[in-house]
Order: sequence, then structure tokens, then C-alpha cells
Amino acid sequence: MSTLTVPTVAVEITRSVKRNLFRDTSIVMRRELKPVLHDPFSLIFGMIQPLVFLALFGPLLAGSLGGTLDGGVWQWFVPAILVMTTLFGTSATGSNLLFEFQTGAHERMLVTPLSRSSLLIGRALKEMVPLFGQAVIVVAVMIPFGFDLHLGGAVVGLALLAVFGIGLGSFSYALAIAVRKQDWMFWVVQQTFLFPLMILSGMLLPLETGPEWMRVASKFNPLSYLVDAERTLFAGDVSSTTVLWGWIAGLVTVAAGLTVGIRTMLRSAD
Amino acid sequence: MISTRELTKDFVVSRTETVHAVRGISLDVEPGELVAVLGPNGAGKTTTLRMLTTLIAPTSGTAKVAGYDVSTDPGQVRRQIGYVGQGNGAGHSQRVRDELYGQGVIYGLDSRSAKRRSEELLESLELGELARRKVSELSGGQRRRLDVAMGLVHAPGLLFLDEPSTGLDPQNRANLWDHILRMREQYSMTIVLTTHYLDEADSMAERVVVVDHGEVIADDTADALKAKLAGDQLLLTVAPGNLARAAELTEQLLGARDVVAQGDQISVRVANGPEALPELIGAAQRTGVPVAAAQVIRPTLDDVFLNLTGRSLREADANGKAAA
Repeated sequence: MSTLTVPTVAVEITRSVKRNLFRDTSIVMRRELKPVLHDPFSLIFGMIQPLVFLALFGPLLAGSLGGTLDGGVWQWFVPAILVMTTLFGTSATGSNLLFEFQTGAHERMLVTPLSRSSLLIGRALKEMVPLFGQAVIVVAVMIPFGFDLHLGGAVVGLALLAVFGIGLGSFSYALAIAVRKQDWMFWVVQQTFLFPLMILSGMLLPLETGPEWMRVASKFNPLSYLVDAERTLFAGDVSSTTVLWGWIAGLVTVAAGLTVGIRTMLRSAD
Repeated sequence: MISTRELTKDFVVSRTETVHAVRGISLDVEPGELVAVLGPNGAGKTTTLRMLTTLIAPTSGTAKVAGYDVSTDPGQVRRQIGYVGQGNGAGHSQRVRDELYGQGVIYGLDSRSAKRRSEELLESLELGELARRKVSELSGGQRRRLDVAMGLVHAPGLLFLDEPSTGLDPQNRANLWDHILRMREQYSMTIVLTTHYLDEADSMAERVVVVDHGEVIADDTADALKAKLAGDQLLLTVAPGNLARAAELTEQLLGARDVVAQGDQISVRVANGPEALPELIGAAQRTGVPVAAAQVIRPTLDDVFLNLTGRSLREADANGKAAA
């Protein structure tokens, strides 16, 4: 049996690190990442998913619209694939929380001194870590096919995706908390929002050839601004107004997402 | 350690329906106490615990926990307390050691102390061999021990346990309690737990707070509650034809109540059974009533509950479930 004494632990805690949002967020993110790192199989599968999509959808896109897209089909499609991966990853992230709600792990976290916002931000950022890996793989694979990498723009592009992803992840958590008593609702609502947002952003197919109402609707979709900004950034242009609009869309999403998410979380124990 | 005044919690179910889960609980717990909050499902035990652990905000009233107000200073309260909820605190996809270590870091331990601390707890809660396992692969009893370990990582002065042994078989329950009591001694912890197991409250807690319909209806040691609110039951079996005379004798016992004569048996409640029984047998012999058998039945906390509310805890549980 070990010898435990109260005073030593108490002393260790009092002289311990100052609490701040950054530390809390990194604790939550590292906790979320651990199971992923322990399970390399799922990690590898996750990593190649965008490649599968790229390989199957890309050629069709090239066949039907190849000549009409600025800078070629890959320059147009690769940034969109990264946005899509972010969209799917972060919008589904609430389902993890839903599971931890049911087991009691989330409740345990709520009783710890961790700040509420770190519980959201840390979880959303966790989804971004594999995304960075995926981005590197996608870009590396596509360069031989004529994809032109502009490193500066790509880095800024990923930062913008991270901001957007935190916002969307927070919405996803808010949804998970809202439907926690009928958990099947989570996927119904998530899919109901996901596909219109995706199609009305011009992510997979350009909206220029679509009907007027779709183009109007896309103006109200924050994702459209993000997709346009990513395409511009991956083309190497970091200072255009398209990029600025992308940042505005990202920051509005993150501000709204965190507000809704934290509010929902504060009421989540009822 | 804990001081609440007129604590209430209402849940608004719909525009026309509000559930008054807790209706004015005032409770004081001194440092070092081991208190069991006992009551049927839906009595307000868990809601009270959730208010004291800052999970939900009280509708009205005040609660000070470990020196801080739960409404105005929840952050400080969270730093001082340990909490083992009804569910499993450890994430199912996580590994045992990772969760325990992570919990230490969350409470502000540096990496080295958190490591040392989790190893100590793994060992003392007999989880050492499971350290690399995934939580989902543990048995119910092992998972519960891990929950307790996580509640203890930061050596809190006050530990809340919400139905700690629900769902465990008797052997695992006994094992868990061994650990909890040993830890309590090592840390000189104050422990507040909820339970609907009567025997658990009876044998483990030094003080039992009985809650029903969101109110405290009794609060004392288990023995005092039993003596005050239930009393011992005497059963006397007499030879045929002597029932009426025996009942008369029984009525004359000091403090006798609930005398029931049925068949050839008489049942009575008295404050002190072991003393009353020889007295009753002596009286029977003096008046020529042949006694065939006699016994004293000590009361359970269920008898206490029955006396307080007119229904047994088990019935109340069944009703609570049906209503929920």
C-alpha cells in the first residue's frame, strides 16, 4: 500500500500553474486526441478519406468542367476538399460529446475547475489536428498531378479553417446538448443542415451555372465566403477582399458558435 | 464543510407544469462527517447533490460548500471538492492511466506530481494491472473504482458520491466500500453520499439524512432514527386460546404501540426490545399464559421510512419510477 498524505498534494496544487483558457483548452484537446493516437488504424482511415473523394469525384469534375475553372480543376477542388473535411469533422464532433453525456464523463468534467469554453474549444480543435495531417497528405499527393502549392497562403488558409472549425464544432456541441434526451435527433439535424450548406457554398460544383435563386441563397451562406477565401489563399493571394470576407465569415461563425455553445453548456446539467 | 439554507430547485417541465424537486433543504455538515442522504427515487437527493457540486444552480436559498457559495463562487467550490457522479467519469475510449493522469493535470498538478499521484491511486485502488486498458473494457466494479480514484486525485477535503454502488453485486459493493473507508481515513475526508440502499446507509454512514418529496424528514444516526422513529418489534407466540389475555399483557408494556394479535401470534412495537421481552415473558408466566416462542426484531431504516411517510421505501421507489 502506498503512503498518501494530504498536505503534499494540497501544497502541489496551490503552487501549481495559473489557470488560463489556453492551458485548459490544451488539456481538453490532448485528452480528446489520446484515443485517436492510441488507435492508428482509425487515424490512417481518416487520413485517406479525402483522397478517396478526390480520386472519385475529381475526374468527373475535370471531365465536365475542366476547361472552365480558374487555374485548373485541382487548384479549384483541393481547397474545397479541405473545407469539406473540416465541415464533416467538426459538425459531427458533437456526437462524441453526446456519448460522454450518456456515460457521465462530461458531467465529471463540468465539476472540475476547467473553464466551460475550453471544453468546447479544446474538443473542436482536436478535430483540426487530423485535418492538418490530411491537408499535408492531400497536397503532397496532388502536387504531381499539377497542383500548385503556395505555402504562405496555404498556412493562412488552414488557420482560417481552424477558426471556422471551432465555431462549427461549438454549434455541433450545442446541438448535441440540445438533443441529449433524444440522441437520434443529432444526426437528423446535422445532415439536414450539412448538405444544403455544402451544396449552396459552391464547394463541389460551381454555382455560376446554377439558377439565380441558388446564387442568391449562397450569399447568405457563411460557408460560401469561406470556400472562396480558401481558393484564393491556396492560389497564393493572401490580401484580397475575398480573403477578408472569408475571415469575417469565420470570425462571425466562431463568435456565434461559442456564444450559443457556452450558453447551452451552462444549462446542460439540468 | 457544508451549510445550506432553504435550498430549493424547480424544474419547469412545460408552461403549466413545474416540478419542485427540492423544497427548502437546510443542512449542515461538519468536517470529517460521513453522511448518507437516503430516499426513494425522485426524492430530490441527486438534485440536491448537483446543486452542492455546482452542476445546477439553485432556484432559491443559499449553499456554502467548503467555504464558498455555490452560486457566486462556483469555481472555488469546484477546486475544493471531489465528485463521483452516477455515471462513469472516465471516457470509454480512454485508457485508465491516461484519464487518471489527465484528471490530476486538470486540477492543477504539474506533470510529475500528476504521474506520481495517479500511480499511487492505481495501486491503492487495485487498478495497477488495468492501467493500460481501455475504460470500455473494464467491468462495472473496476470502472467504479476508477471513478473513485478520479474523484480523489487532488485529495479533496470533501467528497460527494452519487449512488456509488448502484448496479454492483454485493461483493463489489463491499470491496468498493473498503476502499472508500480506507481513503477516508487516510485523507480525513468529509463524505456525502446518496443511496437508496437501506443497508448501505445503515452500515456505512455515521449520519443518515432521510429525504422525501424534496424535504429533509429526518436527520440523525441510524441507531437514533431507529430507536426514535421505529422501535423494536416483539413477536410472541402463545398457546391456542390465550391470545386475548396475552394481548392485554402486551398493552400494559411501557411504551407499547401497534399491538396486533393474529392467529396465535402477537406483535408489538416498543422502544427497547431486549429489555421489554423478558418483562413480557415474565408477566405471561405470572398470569399463566403459556409462551411457545418469542423474538425481538430490530428495525431497519425501511421501518423508519415507513413510520415517517406511511409507505415503505421500496413502494416509494416503484412509484417514483412510474412517475419518472
